[in-house]
Amino acid sequence: MKFSSHTGLSQTLQVSLLNTPMQKSSGGITSHLLGGLCCYLRRCIFSVLSVGPLPNHITFIMDGNRRFAKKRNLGEGDGHKAGFSALLSILRYCYELGIKYVSVYAFSIDNFRRKPKEVQSVMDLMREKIEELLQQESIINEYGIRIHFIGNMQLLTEPVRVAAEKAMRVTANNQERVLLICIAYTSTDEIVHAVQESCKDKWNQIQASKEGKVSNGGSKINGLDLHFRDSCRDNATEACSSLHKGVKDAGEKDALLEQNSEKHSDNYSEGEITSCNGIVEITEERKYKQGETASIKLVDIEKHMYMAVAPDPDILIRTSGEDRLSNFLLWQTSACPLYAPKVLWPEIGLRHLVWVVLNFQRHHFYLEKKKKQF
Amino acid sequence: MELITCIILLLLLDILGFNYYGTFCKSLSAHGKLQYLAIVIESEDAHQTSKVVKLLQWLDSVGVKNVCLYDMNGVLKKSKETIFQTLKNAKSIEEVNEDVTHHAPDHMTLEFISYVDGKEAVAKAANLIFVKNFKQHNIGGVLDHQISLEPHLNQALQIVGCKGPEPDLLLVYGLVRSHLGFPAWRIRYTEIVHMGSLNFMRYGSLIKAIYNFTKVRHNYGT
Repeated sequence: MKFSSHTGLSQTLQVSLLNTPMQKSSGGITSHLLGGLCCYLRRCIFSVLSVGPLPNHITFIMDGNRRFAKKRNLGEGDGHKAGFSALLSILRYCYELGIKYVSVYAFSIDNFRRKPKEVQSVMDLMREKIEELLQQESIINEYGIRIHFIGNMQLLTEPVRVAAEKAMRVTANNQERVLLICIAYTSTDEIVHAVQESCKDKWNQIQASKEGKVSNGGSKINGLDLHFRDSCRDNATEACSSLHKGVKDAGEKDALLEQNSEKHSDNYSEGEITSCNGIVEITEERKYKQGETASIKLVDIEKHMYMAVAPDPDILIRTSGEDRLSNFLLWQTSACPLYAPKVLWPEIGLRHLVWVVLNFQRHHFYLEKKKKQF
Repeated sequence: MELITCIILLLLLDILGFNYYGTFCKSLSAHGKLQYLAIVIESEDAHQTSKVVKLLQWLDSVGVKNVCLYDMNGVLKKSKETIFQTLKNAKSIEEVNEDVTHHAPDHMTLEFISYVDGKEAVAKAANLIFVKNFKQHNIGGVLDHQISLEPHLNQALQIVGCKGPEPDLLLVYGLVRSHLGFPAWRIRYTEIVHMGSLNFMRYGSLIKAIYNFTKVRHNYGT
Protein backbone atom coordinates (compact mmCIF):
# COMPACT_ATOMS: atom_id res chain seq x y z
CA MET A 1 0.00 0.00 0.00
CA LYS A 2 1.43 3.32 -1.01
CA PHE A 3 0.73 6.43 0.93
CA SER A 4 0.40 9.55 -1.20
CA SER A 5 3.03 12.22 -0.83
CA HIS A 6 2.03 14.83 1.71
CA THR A 7 3.78 17.61 -0.17
CA GLY A 8 1.47 20.09 -1.90
CA LEU A 9 -1.74 18.33 -0.89
CA SER A 10 -4.80 20.51 -1.17
CA GLN A 11 -7.03 21.06 1.83
CA THR A 12 -9.66 18.82 0.25
CA LEU A 13 -7.26 15.92 -0.02
CA GLN A 14 -6.03 16.51 3.54
CA VAL A 15 -9.57 16.36 4.89
CA SER A 16 -10.29 13.23 2.88
CA LEU A 17 -7.25 11.60 4.45
CA LEU A 18 -8.91 11.91 7.81
CA ASN A 19 -11.56 9.51 6.70
CA THR A 20 -9.38 7.17 4.67
CA PRO A 21 -6.08 7.07 6.44
CA MET A 22 -4.69 3.88 5.00
CA GLN A 23 -6.67 3.22 1.81
CA LYS A 24 -5.27 3.11 -1.68
CA SER A 25 -5.66 6.40 -3.51
CA SER A 26 -8.58 6.22 -5.82
CA GLY A 27 -7.42 9.13 -7.94
CA GLY A 28 -7.22 8.92 -11.66
CA ILE A 29 -4.20 8.56 -13.92
CA THR A 30 -3.41 12.29 -13.61
CA SER A 31 -3.08 12.23 -9.87
CA HIS A 32 -1.10 9.00 -10.09
CA LEU A 33 1.33 10.63 -12.52
CA LEU A 34 1.50 13.72 -10.36
CA GLY A 35 2.27 11.58 -7.35
CA GLY A 36 4.99 9.80 -9.28
CA LEU A 37 6.51 13.10 -10.38
CA CYS A 38 6.49 14.41 -6.80
CA CYS A 39 8.17 11.23 -5.67
CA TYR A 40 10.83 11.54 -8.36
CA LEU A 41 11.51 15.18 -7.48
CA ARG A 42 11.71 14.27 -3.82
CA ARG A 43 14.30 11.61 -4.53
CA CYS A 44 16.32 14.12 -6.55
CA ILE A 45 16.26 16.58 -3.65
CA PHE A 46 17.33 13.81 -1.27
CA SER A 47 20.18 12.83 -3.57
CA VAL A 48 21.47 16.39 -3.42
CA LEU A 49 21.09 16.53 0.36
CA SER A 50 22.88 13.21 0.72
CA VAL A 51 26.08 14.79 -0.63
CA GLY A 52 26.47 16.51 2.74
CA PRO A 53 26.39 15.02 6.23
CA LEU A 54 23.00 13.68 7.26
CA PRO A 55 21.59 13.41 10.76
CA ASN A 56 21.42 9.92 12.22
CA HIS A 57 18.51 10.72 14.54
CA ILE A 58 15.76 13.33 14.18
CA THR A 59 13.19 13.87 16.88
CA PHE A 60 9.84 15.62 16.57
CA ILE A 61 7.53 17.27 19.07
CA MET A 62 4.24 16.90 17.23
CA ASP A 63 2.56 20.06 18.44
CA GLY A 64 -0.47 21.73 16.91
CA ASN A 65 -3.04 18.98 16.23
CA ARG A 66 -5.78 20.63 18.24
CA ARG A 67 -5.07 24.06 16.78
CA PHE A 68 -5.20 22.53 13.30
CA ALA A 69 -8.61 21.03 14.03
CA LYS A 70 -9.87 24.37 15.35
CA LYS A 71 -8.45 26.23 12.35
CA ARG A 72 -10.12 23.84 9.89
CA ASN A 73 -13.37 23.59 11.85
CA LEU A 74 -12.87 19.86 12.23
CA GLY A 75 -14.34 17.60 14.83
CA GLU A 76 -12.67 16.71 18.07
CA GLY A 77 -10.05 14.05 17.47
CA ASP A 78 -9.76 14.84 13.76
CA GLY A 79 -6.74 16.99 14.45
CA HIS A 80 -4.95 13.98 15.90
CA LYS A 81 -5.93 11.84 12.91
CA ALA A 82 -4.50 14.48 10.61
CA GLY A 83 -1.42 14.48 12.79
CA PHE A 84 -1.02 10.75 12.30
CA SER A 85 -1.19 11.18 8.54
CA ALA A 86 1.50 13.83 8.76
CA LEU A 87 3.60 11.49 10.87
CA LEU A 88 3.47 8.78 8.21
CA SER A 89 4.56 11.28 5.56
CA ILE A 90 7.45 12.58 7.64
CA LEU A 91 8.57 9.06 8.48
CA ARG A 92 8.61 8.20 4.79
CA TYR A 93 10.68 11.29 3.99
CA CYS A 94 13.13 10.64 6.80
CA TYR A 95 13.66 6.99 5.96
CA GLU A 96 13.95 7.74 2.23
CA LEU A 97 16.60 10.31 3.03
CA GLY A 98 18.49 7.62 4.94
CA ILE A 99 17.91 8.77 8.49
CA LYS A 100 17.97 5.68 10.64
CA TYR A 101 16.41 6.87 13.91
CA VAL A 102 13.23 8.92 14.17
CA SER A 103 11.61 9.64 17.51
CA VAL A 104 8.37 11.42 18.21
CA TYR A 105 6.72 12.89 21.30
CA ALA A 106 3.32 11.31 21.05
CA PHE A 107 1.93 11.71 24.55
CA SER A 108 3.38 13.37 27.62
CA ILE A 109 2.66 12.39 31.22
CA ASP A 110 1.39 15.97 31.55
CA ASN A 111 -1.20 15.24 28.86
CA PHE A 112 -2.99 12.89 31.25
CA ARG A 113 -4.26 16.07 32.91
CA ARG A 114 -6.43 16.85 29.89
CA LYS A 115 -10.14 16.10 29.94
CA PRO A 116 -10.69 12.37 30.49
CA LYS A 117 -12.77 12.13 27.34
CA GLU A 118 -9.95 13.59 25.26
CA VAL A 119 -7.37 11.36 26.92
CA GLN A 120 -9.49 8.29 26.23
CA SER A 121 -10.02 9.37 22.64
CA VAL A 122 -6.27 9.75 22.14
CA MET A 123 -5.60 6.39 23.78
CA ASP A 124 -8.17 4.72 21.50
CA LEU A 125 -6.64 6.39 18.46
CA MET A 126 -3.16 5.26 19.48
CA ARG A 127 -4.25 1.66 19.89
CA GLU A 128 -6.01 1.75 16.53
CA LYS A 129 -3.01 3.26 14.75
CA ILE A 130 -0.55 0.87 16.39
CA GLU A 131 -2.60 -2.04 15.05
CA GLU A 132 -2.71 -0.43 11.60
CA LEU A 133 1.05 -0.02 11.62
CA LEU A 134 1.44 -3.74 12.14
CA GLN A 135 -0.50 -4.60 9.04
CA GLN A 136 1.41 -6.25 6.27
CA GLU A 137 1.24 -3.32 3.87
CA SER A 138 2.28 -0.63 6.31
CA ILE A 139 5.34 1.56 6.23
CA ILE A 140 6.80 -0.57 9.04
CA ASN A 141 7.36 -3.55 6.79
CA GLU A 142 8.22 -1.43 3.78
CA TYR A 143 11.24 0.06 5.53
CA GLY A 144 11.99 -2.67 8.06
CA ILE A 145 11.30 -0.43 11.02
CA ARG A 146 11.82 -1.53 14.57
CA ILE A 147 9.45 0.18 16.97
CA HIS A 148 10.30 1.15 20.53
CA PHE A 149 7.77 2.64 22.89
CA ILE A 150 9.59 4.95 25.26
CA GLY A 151 8.09 6.02 28.55
CA ASN A 152 6.39 4.86 31.70
CA MET A 153 4.27 2.14 30.17
CA GLN A 154 2.58 1.40 33.49
CA LEU A 155 0.67 4.68 33.17
CA LEU A 156 -1.04 3.54 29.97
CA THR A 157 -4.38 1.82 29.82
CA GLU A 158 -4.06 -1.92 29.35
CA PRO A 159 -5.28 -2.13 25.73
CA VAL A 160 -2.72 0.47 24.65
CA ARG A 161 0.06 -1.13 26.65
CA VAL A 162 -0.73 -4.55 25.23
CA ALA A 163 -0.80 -3.15 21.68
CA ALA A 164 2.50 -1.34 22.25
CA GLU A 165 4.18 -4.45 23.66
CA LYS A 166 2.93 -6.46 20.71
CA ALA A 167 4.30 -3.90 18.25
CA MET A 168 7.71 -4.00 19.95
CA ARG A 169 7.70 -7.78 19.94
CA VAL A 170 6.62 -8.15 16.32
CA THR A 171 9.18 -5.65 15.04
CA ALA A 172 12.04 -6.74 17.30
CA ASN A 173 13.90 -8.37 14.45
CA ASN A 174 13.73 -5.39 12.11
CA GLN A 175 17.10 -3.74 11.84
CA GLU A 176 17.05 -1.22 9.05
CA ARG A 177 15.26 1.70 10.64
CA VAL A 178 14.10 2.59 14.13
CA LEU A 179 11.02 4.47 15.28
CA LEU A 180 10.85 5.59 18.88
CA ILE A 181 7.43 6.62 20.05
CA CYS A 182 7.57 8.52 23.33
CA ILE A 183 4.35 7.86 25.15
CA ALA A 184 3.60 8.54 28.83
CA TYR A 185 7.01 10.16 28.81
CA THR A 186 8.69 13.11 30.44
CA SER A 187 12.39 13.73 30.92
CA THR A 188 11.86 14.18 34.64
CA ASP A 189 10.28 10.75 34.89
CA GLU A 190 13.06 9.27 32.78
CA ILE A 191 15.81 10.73 34.97
CA VAL A 192 14.11 9.65 38.20
CA HIS A 193 13.62 6.16 36.78
CA ALA A 194 17.27 5.95 35.73
CA VAL A 195 18.44 7.03 39.20
CA GLN A 196 16.12 4.48 40.77
CA GLU A 197 17.40 1.64 38.61
CA SER A 198 21.03 2.65 39.17
CA CYS A 199 20.56 2.58 42.94
CA LYS A 200 18.83 -0.79 42.73
CA ASP A 201 21.69 -2.16 40.63
CA LYS A 202 24.24 -0.89 43.11
CA TRP A 203 22.28 -2.36 46.01
CA ASN A 204 22.07 -5.74 44.29
CA GLN A 205 25.80 -5.69 43.60
CA ILE A 206 26.62 -4.96 47.21
CA GLN A 207 24.17 -7.58 48.46
CA ALA A 208 25.68 -10.18 46.16
CA SER A 209 29.16 -9.25 47.30
CA LYS A 210 28.14 -9.42 50.96
CA GLU A 211 26.48 -12.82 50.63
CA GLY A 212 29.45 -14.19 48.80
CA LYS A 213 31.91 -13.07 51.47
CA VAL A 214 29.91 -14.18 54.53
CA SER A 215 29.00 -17.63 53.23
CA ASN A 216 32.57 -18.32 52.19
CA GLY A 217 34.31 -17.18 55.34
CA GLY A 218 37.62 -18.96 54.93
CA SER A 219 37.62 -18.83 51.21
CA LYS A 220 40.39 -17.91 48.96
CA ILE A 221 39.69 -14.60 47.36
CA ASN A 222 42.10 -13.50 44.71
CA GLY A 223 44.77 -15.73 46.12
CA LEU A 224 44.51 -14.66 49.78
CA ASP A 225 43.88 -17.20 52.52
CA LEU A 226 41.85 -15.71 55.30
CA HIS A 227 40.85 -17.03 58.68
CA PHE A 228 37.57 -15.30 58.69
CA ARG A 229 36.05 -16.95 61.74
CA ASP A 230 38.93 -16.09 64.07
CA SER A 231 39.15 -12.57 62.77
CA CYS A 232 35.49 -11.98 63.35
CA ARG A 233 35.74 -13.23 66.92
CA ASP A 234 38.83 -11.20 67.83
CA ASN A 235 38.65 -7.87 66.08
CA ALA A 236 35.93 -8.03 63.57
CA THR A 237 36.03 -4.59 62.04
CA GLU A 238 39.77 -4.48 61.52
CA ALA A 239 39.90 -7.95 60.11
CA CYS A 240 37.10 -7.33 57.71
CA SER A 241 38.83 -4.14 56.65
CA SER A 242 41.95 -6.08 55.92
CA LEU A 243 39.87 -8.64 54.08
CA HIS A 244 38.59 -5.93 51.82
CA LYS A 245 41.97 -4.26 51.64
CA GLY A 246 43.48 -7.48 50.51
CA VAL A 247 40.92 -7.88 47.83
CA LYS A 248 41.44 -4.32 46.76
CA ASP A 249 45.19 -4.68 46.64
CA ALA A 250 44.92 -7.86 44.69
CA GLY A 251 42.86 -6.46 41.94
CA GLU A 252 40.49 -3.72 40.82
CA LYS A 253 37.93 -2.15 43.15
CA ASP A 254 35.14 -3.90 41.33
CA ALA A 255 36.68 -7.24 42.26
CA LEU A 256 35.04 -6.64 45.63
CA LEU A 257 31.71 -6.95 43.95
CA GLU A 258 32.50 -9.52 41.29
CA GLN A 259 34.30 -12.16 43.21
CA ASN A 260 35.17 -15.62 42.13
CA SER A 261 35.76 -17.40 45.44
CA GLU A 262 35.93 -21.09 46.25
CA LYS A 263 33.52 -22.65 48.69
CA HIS A 264 34.85 -24.21 51.84
CA SER A 265 33.08 -26.66 54.04
CA ASP A 266 33.92 -24.92 57.30
CA ASN A 267 30.99 -24.59 59.64
CA TYR A 268 30.34 -21.45 61.58
CA SER A 269 27.86 -20.76 64.29
CA GLU A 270 24.89 -18.70 63.37
CA GLY A 271 25.91 -15.99 65.77
CA GLU A 272 29.27 -15.61 64.15
CA ILE A 273 27.74 -15.43 60.72
CA THR A 274 25.20 -12.85 61.86
CA SER A 275 27.80 -10.65 63.46
CA CYS A 276 30.03 -11.00 60.45
CA ASN A 277 27.06 -10.11 58.26
CA GLY A 278 26.65 -6.87 60.14
CA ILE A 279 30.36 -6.16 60.13
CA VAL A 280 30.63 -6.72 56.42
CA GLU A 281 27.66 -4.43 55.90
CA ILE A 282 29.10 -1.65 58.05
CA THR A 283 32.43 -1.99 56.32
CA GLU A 284 30.82 -1.93 52.91
CA GLU A 285 28.92 1.22 53.88
CA ARG A 286 32.08 2.90 55.07
CA LYS A 287 33.98 1.91 51.99
CA TYR A 288 31.14 3.18 49.79
CA LYS A 289 31.15 6.51 51.54
CA GLN A 290 34.91 6.77 51.32
CA GLY A 291 34.72 6.13 47.60
CA GLU A 292 36.66 2.90 47.79
CA THR A 293 33.73 0.84 46.60
CA ALA A 294 32.65 1.74 43.10
CA SER A 295 29.98 4.44 43.33
CA ILE A 296 27.16 5.14 40.90
CA LYS A 297 28.64 6.72 37.82
CA LEU A 298 27.11 8.77 35.08
CA VAL A 299 27.35 5.81 32.67
CA ASP A 300 25.29 3.73 35.10
CA ILE A 301 22.53 6.32 35.04
CA GLU A 302 22.68 6.78 31.27
CA LYS A 303 22.35 3.09 30.55
CA HIS A 304 19.06 3.08 32.46
CA MET A 305 17.56 5.95 30.50
CA TYR A 306 14.52 4.94 28.45
CA MET A 307 16.23 6.47 25.39
CA ALA A 308 19.41 4.44 25.82
CA VAL A 309 18.21 2.28 22.90
CA ALA A 310 19.10 5.05 20.46
CA PRO A 311 21.88 7.60 20.01
CA ASP A 312 21.22 11.18 21.07
CA PRO A 313 19.20 13.15 18.53
CA ASP A 314 21.01 15.31 15.99
CA ILE A 315 18.02 17.55 15.32
CA LEU A 316 14.93 18.39 17.36
CA ILE A 317 11.93 19.91 15.61
CA ARG A 318 8.97 21.29 17.49
CA THR A 319 6.13 22.45 15.28
CA SER A 320 3.69 25.30 15.95
CA GLY A 321 6.45 27.74 16.85
CA GLU A 322 6.66 27.11 20.59
CA ASP A 323 10.10 27.74 22.04
CA ARG A 324 10.12 25.25 24.91
CA LEU A 325 10.91 21.54 25.10
CA SER A 326 8.02 20.69 27.43
CA ASN A 327 9.98 18.07 29.36
CA PHE A 328 11.10 16.18 26.27
CA LEU A 329 14.59 14.71 25.81
CA LEU A 330 16.17 17.36 28.02
CA TRP A 331 19.00 14.97 28.90
CA GLN A 332 19.73 13.92 25.35
CA THR A 333 19.70 17.30 23.60
CA SER A 334 22.87 18.89 24.98
CA ALA A 335 24.44 19.30 21.55
CA CYS A 336 21.26 19.18 19.53
CA PRO A 337 20.02 22.16 17.54
CA LEU A 338 16.42 23.00 18.34
CA TYR A 339 14.15 24.15 15.53
CA ALA A 340 10.70 25.61 16.01
CA PRO A 341 8.95 26.19 12.68
CA LYS A 342 5.62 27.96 13.09
CA VAL A 343 3.77 25.37 10.99
CA LEU A 344 1.27 23.20 12.84
CA TRP A 345 2.16 19.51 12.95
CA PRO A 346 -0.52 18.25 10.52
CA GLU A 347 0.74 20.84 8.01
CA ILE A 348 4.41 19.90 8.18
CA GLY A 349 5.85 19.12 4.80
CA LEU A 350 8.93 18.18 2.89
CA ARG A 351 10.18 21.75 2.67
CA HIS A 352 10.41 22.02 6.47
CA LEU A 353 12.46 18.85 6.68
CA VAL A 354 14.77 19.96 3.87
CA TRP A 355 15.30 23.38 5.47
CA VAL A 356 16.15 21.82 8.82
CA VAL A 357 18.60 19.34 7.29
CA LEU A 358 20.30 22.13 5.36
CA ASN A 359 20.73 24.09 8.59
CA PHE A 360 22.10 20.98 10.25
CA GLN A 361 24.64 20.59 7.46
CA ARG A 362 25.63 24.24 7.80
CA HIS A 363 26.44 23.79 11.49
CA HIS A 364 27.59 20.19 11.36
CA PHE A 365 31.25 20.88 12.02
CA TYR A 366 30.42 23.05 15.04
CA LEU A 367 27.98 20.46 16.43
CA GLU A 368 30.47 17.61 16.07
CA LYS A 369 33.04 19.69 17.95
CA LYS A 370 30.52 20.28 20.76
CA LYS A 371 29.67 16.57 21.00
CA LYS A 372 33.32 15.69 21.47
CA GLN A 373 33.59 18.18 24.32
CA PHE A 374 30.82 16.52 26.32
CA MET B 1 4.01 43.95 7.68
CA GLU B 2 3.36 44.59 11.35
CA LEU B 3 6.45 42.61 12.26
CA ILE B 4 8.60 44.65 9.90
CA THR B 5 7.21 47.87 11.36
CA CYS B 6 7.92 46.62 14.84
CA ILE B 7 11.49 45.69 13.96
CA ILE B 8 12.14 49.08 12.35
CA LEU B 9 10.66 50.80 15.36
CA LEU B 10 12.82 48.78 17.76
CA LEU B 11 15.93 49.56 15.75
CA LEU B 12 15.09 53.25 15.83
CA LEU B 13 14.47 53.07 19.55
CA ASP B 14 17.76 51.28 19.99
CA ILE B 15 19.58 53.93 18.02
CA LEU B 16 17.91 56.75 19.89
CA GLY B 17 18.64 55.05 23.22
CA PHE B 18 15.05 55.46 24.25
CA ASN B 19 14.11 52.90 26.83
CA TYR B 20 10.38 52.68 26.21
CA TYR B 21 10.34 48.94 25.74
CA GLY B 22 12.87 48.66 28.49
CA THR B 23 10.45 50.42 30.79
CA PHE B 24 7.68 48.12 29.59
CA CYS B 25 9.78 45.05 30.27
CA LYS B 26 10.77 46.45 33.63
CA SER B 27 7.15 46.71 34.66
CA LEU B 28 6.49 43.18 33.52
CA SER B 29 9.51 41.84 35.39
CA ALA B 30 8.39 43.64 38.47
CA HIS B 31 5.00 41.97 38.15
CA GLY B 32 6.58 38.53 38.31
CA LYS B 33 6.26 37.37 34.73
CA LEU B 34 10.00 36.81 34.34
CA GLN B 35 11.22 35.64 37.71
CA TYR B 36 14.40 33.85 36.71
CA LEU B 37 16.41 34.27 33.55
CA ALA B 38 19.15 31.96 32.32
CA ILE B 39 21.79 32.85 29.79
CA VAL B 40 23.80 30.24 27.91
CA ILE B 41 26.99 31.61 26.43
CA GLU B 42 29.40 29.88 24.10
CA SER B 43 32.55 29.15 26.14
CA GLU B 44 34.79 30.70 23.49
CA ASP B 45 32.85 33.96 23.83
CA ALA B 46 32.53 33.78 27.61
CA HIS B 47 36.12 35.07 27.98
CA GLN B 48 34.81 38.48 26.95
CA THR B 49 33.93 39.50 30.47
CA SER B 50 33.18 43.09 29.50
CA LYS B 51 30.44 41.94 27.15
CA VAL B 52 28.98 39.68 29.82
CA VAL B 53 28.98 42.55 32.29
CA LYS B 54 27.33 44.83 29.72
CA LEU B 55 24.62 42.24 29.15
CA LEU B 56 24.01 41.99 32.88
CA GLN B 57 23.81 45.75 33.15
CA TRP B 58 21.20 45.82 30.40
CA LEU B 59 19.21 43.20 32.27
CA ASP B 60 19.50 45.13 35.51
CA SER B 61 18.24 48.26 33.79
CA VAL B 62 15.07 46.52 32.65
CA GLY B 63 14.42 45.03 36.04
CA VAL B 64 15.65 41.47 35.51
CA LYS B 65 17.39 40.85 38.79
CA ASN B 66 17.83 37.09 39.00
CA VAL B 67 20.12 35.64 36.38
CA CYS B 68 21.79 32.30 35.90
CA LEU B 69 24.89 32.32 33.71
CA TYR B 70 25.92 29.08 32.05
CA ASP B 71 28.76 28.10 29.81
CA MET B 72 29.85 24.56 29.14
CA ASN B 73 33.46 24.76 30.23
CA GLY B 74 33.09 26.89 33.37
CA VAL B 75 34.79 29.98 31.95
CA LEU B 76 32.17 32.24 33.54
CA LYS B 77 32.79 30.63 36.93
CA LYS B 78 36.41 31.71 36.68
CA SER B 79 35.34 35.26 35.80
CA LYS B 80 32.95 35.41 38.73
CA GLU B 81 35.11 37.67 40.88
CA THR B 82 35.70 40.15 38.07
CA ILE B 83 32.00 40.29 37.28
CA PHE B 84 31.03 40.90 40.90
CA GLN B 85 33.67 43.59 41.27
CA THR B 86 32.38 45.40 38.18
CA LEU B 87 28.72 45.08 39.06
CA LYS B 88 28.44 46.84 42.36
CA ASN B 89 25.01 45.62 43.34
CA ALA B 90 25.23 41.94 42.50
CA LYS B 91 25.30 39.04 44.93
CA SER B 92 25.96 35.39 44.45
CA ILE B 93 23.03 33.00 44.82
CA GLU B 94 24.90 31.27 47.63
CA GLU B 95 24.73 34.47 49.67
CA VAL B 96 21.00 34.87 49.32
CA ASN B 97 19.18 33.05 52.07
CA GLU B 98 15.60 33.58 51.05
CA ASP B 99 13.93 32.27 47.96
CA VAL B 100 15.94 33.83 45.16
CA THR B 101 12.87 34.97 43.23
CA HIS B 102 11.43 36.82 46.19
CA HIS B 103 14.28 38.95 47.41
CA ALA B 104 14.13 42.71 47.44
CA PRO B 105 14.91 44.18 43.99
CA ASP B 106 17.76 46.31 45.27
CA HIS B 107 20.41 43.95 43.99
CA MET B 108 21.01 41.36 41.33
CA THR B 109 21.42 37.70 42.17
CA LEU B 110 23.78 35.79 39.95
CA GLU B 111 24.26 32.06 39.65
CA PHE B 112 27.20 30.59 37.74
CA ILE B 113 26.99 27.03 36.47
CA SER B 114 28.62 24.80 33.91
CA TYR B 115 28.31 21.34 32.39
CA VAL B 116 29.40 19.59 35.58
CA ASP B 117 26.36 21.00 37.33
CA GLY B 118 24.15 19.08 34.94
CA LYS B 119 24.51 15.36 34.37
CA GLU B 120 27.39 14.91 36.82
CA ALA B 121 25.28 16.52 39.53
CA VAL B 122 22.59 13.89 38.94
CA ALA B 123 25.19 11.17 39.46
CA LYS B 124 26.31 12.81 42.71
CA ALA B 125 22.71 13.14 43.83
CA ALA B 126 22.10 9.46 43.03
CA ASN B 127 25.05 8.50 45.23
CA LEU B 128 23.74 10.71 48.00
CA ILE B 129 20.34 9.04 47.83
CA PHE B 130 21.93 5.62 47.78
CA VAL B 131 24.17 6.24 50.78
CA LYS B 132 21.34 7.72 52.80
CA ASN B 133 19.05 4.80 52.09
CA PHE B 134 21.86 2.28 52.46
CA LYS B 135 22.49 3.60 55.96
CA GLN B 136 18.85 3.39 56.87
CA HIS B 137 18.59 -0.07 55.27
CA ASN B 138 15.74 1.47 53.40
CA ILE B 139 16.69 0.68 49.84
CA GLY B 140 13.57 -1.32 49.29
CA GLY B 141 11.25 1.33 50.70
CA VAL B 142 12.21 4.36 48.69
CA LEU B 143 13.53 2.76 45.54
CA ASP B 144 10.58 0.50 44.98
CA HIS B 145 8.34 3.50 44.50
CA GLN B 146 9.52 5.79 41.76
CA ILE B 147 6.97 8.42 42.62
CA SER B 148 8.43 8.91 46.07
CA LEU B 149 11.95 9.17 44.72
CA GLU B 150 11.47 12.44 42.85
CA PRO B 151 11.31 14.67 45.96
CA HIS B 152 14.39 12.88 47.31
CA LEU B 153 16.20 13.54 44.06
CA ASN B 154 15.22 17.21 44.12
CA GLN B 155 16.46 17.49 47.68
CA ALA B 156 19.71 15.71 46.84
CA LEU B 157 20.28 18.02 43.88
CA GLN B 158 19.91 21.00 46.19
CA ILE B 159 22.49 19.51 48.54
CA VAL B 160 25.05 18.91 45.78
CA GLY B 161 24.85 22.56 44.88
CA CYS B 162 22.03 23.08 42.42
CA LYS B 163 20.32 25.88 44.30
CA GLY B 164 18.71 27.88 41.55
CA PRO B 165 15.09 27.51 40.43
CA GLU B 166 13.87 26.65 36.96
CA PRO B 167 14.43 29.59 34.64
CA ASP B 168 11.37 30.99 32.88
CA LEU B 169 13.43 32.08 29.90
CA LEU B 170 16.76 30.89 28.56
CA LEU B 171 18.67 33.08 26.12
CA VAL B 172 21.29 31.34 24.02
CA TYR B 173 24.22 33.44 22.86
CA GLY B 174 25.92 31.06 20.48
CA LEU B 175 26.03 29.77 16.96
CA VAL B 176 22.97 27.52 17.16
CA ARG B 177 19.89 27.31 19.31
CA SER B 178 20.92 24.62 21.75
CA HIS B 179 21.06 24.55 25.53
CA LEU B 180 24.60 23.06 25.44
CA GLY B 181 24.10 20.84 28.49
CA PHE B 182 22.21 23.19 30.79
CA PRO B 183 20.94 21.10 33.75
CA ALA B 184 18.15 19.07 32.22
CA TRP B 185 15.71 18.99 35.12
CA ARG B 186 15.70 22.80 35.29
CA ILE B 187 14.46 23.56 31.76
CA ARG B 188 11.28 21.49 31.58
CA TYR B 189 9.06 24.36 30.49
CA THR B 190 11.66 27.04 29.91
CA GLU B 191 11.32 29.16 26.79
CA ILE B 192 14.56 28.84 24.83
CA VAL B 193 15.42 31.74 22.56
CA HIS B 194 18.40 32.05 20.27
CA MET B 195 20.11 35.44 20.36
CA GLY B 196 23.02 34.86 18.00
CA SER B 197 26.64 35.29 18.93
CA LEU B 198 27.62 37.33 21.99
CA ASN B 199 29.83 39.38 19.67
CA PHE B 200 26.74 40.78 17.98
CA MET B 201 24.52 41.22 21.03
CA ARG B 202 22.09 44.10 20.81
CA TYR B 203 20.00 45.80 23.44
CA GLY B 204 16.99 45.86 21.14
CA SER B 205 17.15 42.11 20.54
CA LEU B 206 17.32 41.49 24.27
CA ILE B 207 14.28 43.65 24.93
CA LYS B 208 12.40 42.04 22.09
CA ALA B 209 13.14 38.54 23.45
CA ILE B 210 11.90 39.49 26.92
CA TYR B 211 8.85 41.24 25.46
CA ASN B 212 7.96 38.21 23.33
CA PHE B 213 8.32 35.99 26.37
CA THR B 214 5.69 38.02 28.19
CA LYS B 215 3.18 37.17 25.46
CA VAL B 216 3.69 33.41 25.69
CA ARG B 217 0.89 31.28 27.04
CA HIS B 218 1.72 28.03 28.80
CA ASN B 219 -0.77 25.22 29.04
CA TYR B 220 1.69 22.71 30.55
CA GLY B 221 0.40 19.85 28.49
CA THR B 222 -3.29 20.28 29.32
